[in-house]
Amino acid sequence: MSDVIPFISTALLCFGCFFIFTGALGVLRFPDTLSRMHAAGVTETLATTALLVGLMLLAGWSLVLLKLCMILLFLLFTSPTASYALAKATWRHQQKSEK
Amino acid sequence: MMLAATAITLLVVMAMAIARAIAGPTVFDRVLAVNLFGTKTVLLIAVLGFLFGRPEFLDIALVYALMNFISVIALLRYFEHVEKLEQGGSSQ
Repeated sequence: MSDVIPFISTALLCFGCFFIFTGALGVLRFPDTLSRMHAAGVTETLATTALLVGLMLLAGWSLVLLKLCMILLFLLFTSPTASYALAKATWRHQQKSEK
Repeated sequence: MMLAATAITLLVVMAMAIARAIAGPTVFDRVLAVNLFGTKTVLLIAVLGFLFGRPEFLDIALVYALMNFISVIALLRYFEHVEKLEQGGSSQ
């Protein structure tokens, strides 16, 4: 059992690295503001969750686990909120500039 | 080993976000890139804390996540307010 947990942690870290890199590539390469926002928003929560759960498996039962849980909870609440506010501001700006 | 690879990937991703923030055509692209940069900074601080064996870094990561969210929301509200002010000024 103790051999399995570092393996799962490494796999989750690999997974998170791949998705973070994909999201940043989309932000760098996509042609439009809203599609860039889509690339960032789709991958951000999944990659963050994978990386932080990988770190949690490395940490074991301690205060570090609680702090990682707090960071994960906070990012899961704030990241979609910031993404939504950004999309709303961009949409309003585009509507105004079309008039 | 995997922690070092994760830290290097996060540094590359932060460099890409900075490139988008410099090149971004509109101000919303820049805000998006800065938000991405802040999230990746939180993750980088957490990973570096594990890499150097100093879990106290997680407190800094927590505070940084809070600051990043508040700064993005404040910037967006400021830009909407500035547009409203400009419209009011032009109509008078």
